[in-house]
Amino acid sequence: MLLRSPHVASGDALPFELKGSLFTLTVLHLFNLDRKAIERHLAEKIKQAPSFFNSTPVVIDLDGLADPKEGGDLKGLCDLLRGHGMIPVGIRNGGPKLQAVARLAGIPVLPENRAAGKKPEPPGPGTPRTRIVNHPVRSGQEIYAPDGDLVVLGAVSAGADVVADGNIHVYGALRGRALAGVKGDVEAWIFCQSLEAQLVSIAGRYRLSDQLDASERNKAVQIHLKEERLIIERLAR
Amino acid sequence: MATVIVVTSGKGGVGKTTTSASFATGLALRGFRTAVIDFDVGLRNLDLIMGCERRVVYDFINVINNEANLNQALIRDKRVENLYILPASQTRDKEALTKDGVEKILNELKQSFEYIVCDSPAGIERGALMALYYADEALVVTNPEVSSVRDSDRILGILASRSRRAEQGDAPVKEHLVLARYAPERANRGDMLTMQDVLEILGIPLLGVIPESQAVLQSSNAGVPVILEEGSDAGAAYGDLVDRFLGKDLPHRFIESQKKGFLKRLFGGS
Repeated sequence: MLLRSPHVASGDALPFELKGSLFTLTVLHLFNLDRKAIERHLAEKIKQAPSFFNSTPVVIDLDGLADPKEGGDLKGLCDLLRGHGMIPVGIRNGGPKLQAVARLAGIPVLPENRAAGKKPEPPGPGTPRTRIVNHPVRSGQEIYAPDGDLVVLGAVSAGADVVADGNIHVYGALRGRALAGVKGDVEAWIFCQSLEAQLVSIAGRYRLSDQLDASERNKAVQIHLKEERLIIERLAR
Repeated sequence: MATVIVVTSGKGGVGKTTTSASFATGLALRGFRTAVIDFDVGLRNLDLIMGCERRVVYDFINVINNEANLNQALIRDKRVENLYILPASQTRDKEALTKDGVEKILNELKQSFEYIVCDSPAGIERGALMALYYADEALVVTNPEVSSVRDSDRILGILASRSRRAEQGDAPVKEHLVLARYAPERANRGDMLTMQDVLEILGIPLLGVIPESQAVLQSSNAGVPVILEEGSDAGAAYGDLVDRFLGKDLPHRFIESQKKGFLKRLFGGS
């Protein structure tokens, strides 16, 4: 929300407002502070695409430096970039010494990139995964598929709970309780071969066994939410 | 290699001990060296059903606690060769059962027996868990009524998740269904679940159907396993059950009502 001054009524028009915003900036990842080498390679790059570097704001990332604890002539580096048409807006990473040098030279130190230096996350617990249960779910058992779908290749007995953050498929009779989209996913569905459930729920909207229509009971059905209401439909054979 | 079989059900009073006694007796009658253990510590019954209650000196817990050795506690059956009974303690409770203690006794029994039948107490607490923990196979005894079937379902879940085989990732405990106290005409009338209902809910292979029978009560009170009651329907059903367990392919008996079965099934409800 915007923060507006309460003096609007006095007729004094608000001269500004402060808001956070995100920008895409070019980042110059520096591997060493050899000014001559930087200048040579920079000139080459600019020759390839002169307009791209014209008044381009850049952030200098010092994370790749071989020895980030060393100090260096950051002011000279900034002058060099300006000389080639770029506008350095700050530095990122680098050791405390380099950051001190930057502050003394009046160069802003931007907060570290959280992803910097980290390898891409391996597909693991965080990614949606389907949990497949290849045995019947017996009374008293509770099976939960976090972050993904749950597929049961058998019956779910009365007194058993099958729970998923995503969809639930039961390739057998559903006699226990099935709760799909338990973290609030209103797009979740439930499918089963024979609806005999004690309770079915999607994103917290539920129906009890005695609220099931006779035309749905013991039938293969699909269940989903439509405008906050549970819809139970026969599966076409 | 000896086979450990648990007779279990979840619910009480469905016929676990009756089944344990007749099943163990049947295996011994067919020539297999068989031991049957009463895991119902504190509520000892198996000795009564087997008719050896006056010969109990030492019990299961005495052996676990090294107060007696196994040979002192095992009671040799007087009627059937190859059959031994290890009675439960009546003065202790289930806490006296330890995993290590039970394992020690089972390992010792495995040296000299081919089948070890564990008669589980009701419930899903320590006694029942200890009885099923080391099982290779399970006879799940169910009556044709909803609460019994649900409790059996629960026990099947526990067999599949908390037995040693499940914990160690070995081949699962082999499950067999024993449908006891079945009365086909009442099932057809809708008074009790039908065999098909029970099989559909539990989804495990049917080993035997034991008919509701006067013979069971009489033989229990007489201390004779009903399988020894020649000519009784329940005894014959247990005989078939043992043969099927040993691999014989026998049709199920006692599953049709005696009178007007066909028409009744056609028109008499589901």
